[in-house]
Amino acid sequence: MKIHEYQAKELLSKFNIPTLKRAVAFTADEAGKVAYEKFQTNNIHTIVLKAQVHAGGRGKGVIYDVATNKPIIYNGKELRGVNIISNNNISHTAYEMSNLMLNNKLVTIQTGEAGTIVHRLLIEEGCKIAKEFYLGITLDRQTGKNVVMASTEGGVEIEKVAAETPEKILKEYIDPTVGFQQYQGRSLAFDLGLSGQSFKNFVSFIPKLVQAYNELDANLVEINPLVLTADEEIIALDAKITFDDNALYRHPDFIELRDLAEESPLEVEASKYDLNYIKLDGNVGCMVNGAGLAMATMDMIQLAGGTPANFLDVGGGANVDRIANAFRIMMSDPDVKAVLINIFGGIVRCDKVADGIVKALNEVKVEIPVIVRLDGTNAKEGKETLLHSGLNFKVATSFHEAALKVTEVLTR
Amino acid sequence: MSILLDKKTKVLVQGITGSEGTFHTSQMIEYGTQVVGGVTPGKGGQSYSGKGENIFSQAVPIFNTVKEAVKETNANATIIFVPPAYASDAILEAIDAELDLIVTITEGIPTKDMIYVYDALKNSKTVMIGPNCPGIITPKEAKMGIMPGFIHKKGVVGVVSRSGTLTYEAVKQITDINLGESTAVGIGGDPIIGSQFIDIIKLFNEDPKTSAIMMIGEIGGNAEETAAEYIKYHVKKPVIGFIAGKTAPPGRRMGHAGAIISGGKGTARDKMLALESAGISVVESPADIGISVAKALKNFNLNESDEKNVTPKKKK
Repeated sequence: MKIHEYQAKELLSKFNIPTLKRAVAFTADEAGKVAYEKFQTNNIHTIVLKAQVHAGGRGKGVIYDVATNKPIIYNGKELRGVNIISNNNISHTAYEMSNLMLNNKLVTIQTGEAGTIVHRLLIEEGCKIAKEFYLGITLDRQTGKNVVMASTEGGVEIEKVAAETPEKILKEYIDPTVGFQQYQGRSLAFDLGLSGQSFKNFVSFIPKLVQAYNELDANLVEINPLVLTADEEIIALDAKITFDDNALYRHPDFIELRDLAEESPLEVEASKYDLNYIKLDGNVGCMVNGAGLAMATMDMIQLAGGTPANFLDVGGGANVDRIANAFRIMMSDPDVKAVLINIFGGIVRCDKVADGIVKALNEVKVEIPVIVRLDGTNAKEGKETLLHSGLNFKVATSFHEAALKVTEVLTR
Repeated sequence: MSILLDKKTKVLVQGITGSEGTFHTSQMIEYGTQVVGGVTPGKGGQSYSGKGENIFSQAVPIFNTVKEAVKETNANATIIFVPPAYASDAILEAIDAELDLIVTITEGIPTKDMIYVYDALKNSKTVMIGPNCPGIITPKEAKMGIMPGFIHKKGVVGVVSRSGTLTYEAVKQITDINLGESTAVGIGGDPIIGSQFIDIIKLFNEDPKTSAIMMIGEIGGNAEETAAEYIKYHVKKPVIGFIAGKTAPPGRRMGHAGAIISGGKGTARDKMLALESAGISVVESPADIGISVAKALKNFNLNESDEKNVTPKKKK
């Protein structure tokens, strides 16, 4: 599960990790008000407005007017996902800028052309940056250990650094039994070229971040950039935290941090029924049991000349209701021009799946071709049910046959 | 022969009295697996023969601890159906009891818990399959898992896969062309798993009854690339590979916790290239797995008979 930067910073603050003074705003009025009360009256004349969306690349991202689909110009400059305000009336500028950023669309390298609507803004005090670093913690799958990564190449896309200059990424693996050791922090600090007070501040920063990573059951904590200020402070200027979905049961309070506006409505609907659904851009919907088979089915759709409209795994314990809900959700995507249902019955019985589809037909009007491939346990019974449902299903037995039927439907 | 599991393997079931545990124990016994005991803390001393629709053909003694169960039954393997919050504890108990083989079916174990489990495994002689996997089956001998037994056929192809139902798909295709499987292993779709492709492929390579190896990977991580590197230099049997997720978008978890393209790494394309450069026959369409295995075996046998006449056997 992903959360917003301001939420991540709140969590990190609880571990005494240094962040800047900040506030969150949902409206331009709120933005103007906090800019005045929290910053301007405290003699702070430089603040940063940061769009709070889950996608990265905000600094270079451009704000588009949703109505006209044109970039928004403010004071002769394109408005970005992150904007610095530095003048004697920051609250006024903050109000005006927020008005233009909120409820408009941010397009970044990660959002694609469709962009994402900005609903929340982080307003943060500015700081004098002497140096920018990268600091992140994640799982290294190969060793089965967590790894702390640091780099002098902060503030840029770390994937690019990893690909082009891997030697610039320093790594310290965390031993599961003894945990992160102080010498590892010192070693990173030396290699980053720190000394004096900044060295001390960095060495005390890292164990706190490791602690936060562990206690929050995160699978990624990333500070990019981590900054060294002119006063030799080490501060988390940005913060990204992703939680391990499998561990969310240990953190019931995290559910409040979920922002449904960042997810596609169909995905939110699917998650209510414990269905694994991901909306994609294609034209052929698919409903499959099992994640691997679902991915393989999507690939097959592409080979057959279509593009997958979604990933939908109905899971191992699919019962009639689950199948009915899954079918309804898949069909409610207006882009879907044909549908492929691919079920390999093992523990799941194909006849039950067929019952679920027939049940869904009572609620959903189907006007597009539906190809059903049932194989494995009770496939024959399932096929009988579908053929007598009154709907013109195209029934296949093998994966190969299903692929041919997809091509046939698409080329007609 | 086969790998890891045969009809002599004595199997415990941890979490046998739960609904999943009960259902699959009845299926495993029916398939011929020697289920010698169950472990449910607090229910030791009882004997259990299933419930509801799932009545075992023979009652199974229940023990409070794995160690006690091993002492009484000489079990050398265990299959775990314990819910995610208690699963790592159950695995650690099984490692401590020095079992040869653990199969963990449980889906949804937190990664943090698995880090400790993985560390304990490395310092033991135990082999673990899973978690979040369908398990392992040696056709006509035994199954430790949740796969449907009837799609399998005793044969010559070793199957190893990160997926569940996609493994069944591959197995069915291999069965349908009459080749059959020596053993089929689903290693699981989590970021940390007990056995990787490379571990299972080493075993298949040494198994005289396995003539070809079918490897089914998916996006995320680099286990396929690591295995390809090993295969290139060490495996003298034909290997056929399929990678699921060519159309998967980056940054999204495709069902399995481990199936995610992050930072541009772990794409299906990269993996297919790595496989190809290691001399593995890569299958483009999941519909062609069966025929591709047959073709690879045929080509290999042709080459081999040619080579026998001319030069000493070399890697293809």
